[in-house]
Amino acid sequence: MGRQDIVAEIPRLRRYARALTGDAARADDLVQDTLERALGKWALWRPGNLRAWLFSIMHNLFVNQTRVAGTVDFPGDAALAEIPVRDSQADALELRDLAGSLARLPAEQREVLLLVGLEDLSYEDAAKILGLPLGTVMSRLSRGRQRLRSLLSGAETGAPHLKVVR
Amino acid sequence: MNKTPISEQELHAYADGRLEAARRAQVEAWLDDRPELRQAVAEWRIQNERLHGAFDPVLGEAVPARLMAAARPSPALPLRMAAAVAWLTIGGLLGFLLRGQLSPAPAASASLPRQAALAHAVFSPEVRHPVEVGAAEAAHLVAWLSKRLGAELKPPQLAEQGFELVGGRLLSGEAGPVAQFMYQDGRGQRLTLYVRRDAQTAAETSFRYAQEDGIGVFYWLDGRFGYALSGEINKPELLRVATAVYRQLNP
Repeated sequence: MGRQDIVAEIPRLRRYARALTGDAARADDLVQDTLERALGKWALWRPGNLRAWLFSIMHNLFVNQTRVAGTVDFPGDAALAEIPVRDSQADALELRDLAGSLARLPAEQREVLLLVGLEDLSYEDAAKILGLPLGTVMSRLSRGRQRLRSLLSGAETGAPHLKVVR
Repeated sequence: MNKTPISEQELHAYADGRLEAARRAQVEAWLDDRPELRQAVAEWRIQNERLHGAFDPVLGEAVPARLMAAARPSPALPLRMAAAVAWLTIGGLLGFLLRGQLSPAPAASASLPRQAALAHAVFSPEVRHPVEVGAAEAAHLVAWLSKRLGAELKPPQLAEQGFELVGGRLLSGEAGPVAQFMYQDGRGQRLTLYVRRDAQTAAETSFRYAQEDGIGVFYWLDGRFGYALSGEINKPELLRVATAVYRQLNP
């Protein structure tokens, strides 16, 4: 294992960070902080599972940042809804819809849902990354999926409204 | 009727495709009597698919330079980094100053093996999503990638060299769309062919070889296209396949 393995993980770290923060620039900042932190520790310790190790560094940074920023950890609907969408762009609409719903999940549920559903990590690895018992991870996954279901189906009030431009 | 209790954790494992076949069948049967749960499981699966649909394109984006730099500030590498940056800058300046007067800037062909090797390193270990469109849908694959690159694009047949087409995917390169075809041999060894169309003017180069972090890359420019064949196999073997690729692209 060498540094090139870290480079090979960058696209995955970016994918996760993009989904987690909902903001491309903020996501890349998070990835950059993660890489710098990882390189700093690299000299002292070589992890057994590189991917899980990098994701756990990112998790800790994300948690610290959201703690500092207070409860607002996502641009949320206000930012999302301002972006005009052409009504023919069904994909863009669906993306905005999904991103808006993800934004409404509590960060702790969003993290589990993305590690499992998007990053295809095992439940055990997700628990390791988040520093939680497996049971807690599973109950967060369960609550997150139920909540996302109702958000996507529009059952919850205040679901993101999209400004459609014709 | 099966009486084994099914835990909620197992329902999620079922939705995520992580159960052994035997247990999967039991959960399957158990869900027959519980249409509401079956519906929930189906929607969890759709959530996973939508997440991949929405965010997988990030995997294909060119990695910003500041992140590449952040991943390699080791004391052993600055020289190489500095050299690469200088080369790119000079290439970029030359290209800017002499645009229209010179053949494609050296920078274009310099970054080709690097980008190709990175794309190889990212996607070749993938088990679940190695390609976007599999070889089974060959016609769709060819039509789709040809349309996006704006030119007819046929993946070479490499059966004679021992490699079968796994499929392909679309990536975003520095100057436009890039197609990546993946091949695999009987031992699971994978090669990727990276094809980009970015040159403003036609150019032709001979085969060039580069080693990028343990990945061997043969690359060449032909017309407005840049090609790169990447793999973690020895140089003569890779050259043999690269030659076959070249011959098929230039019959």
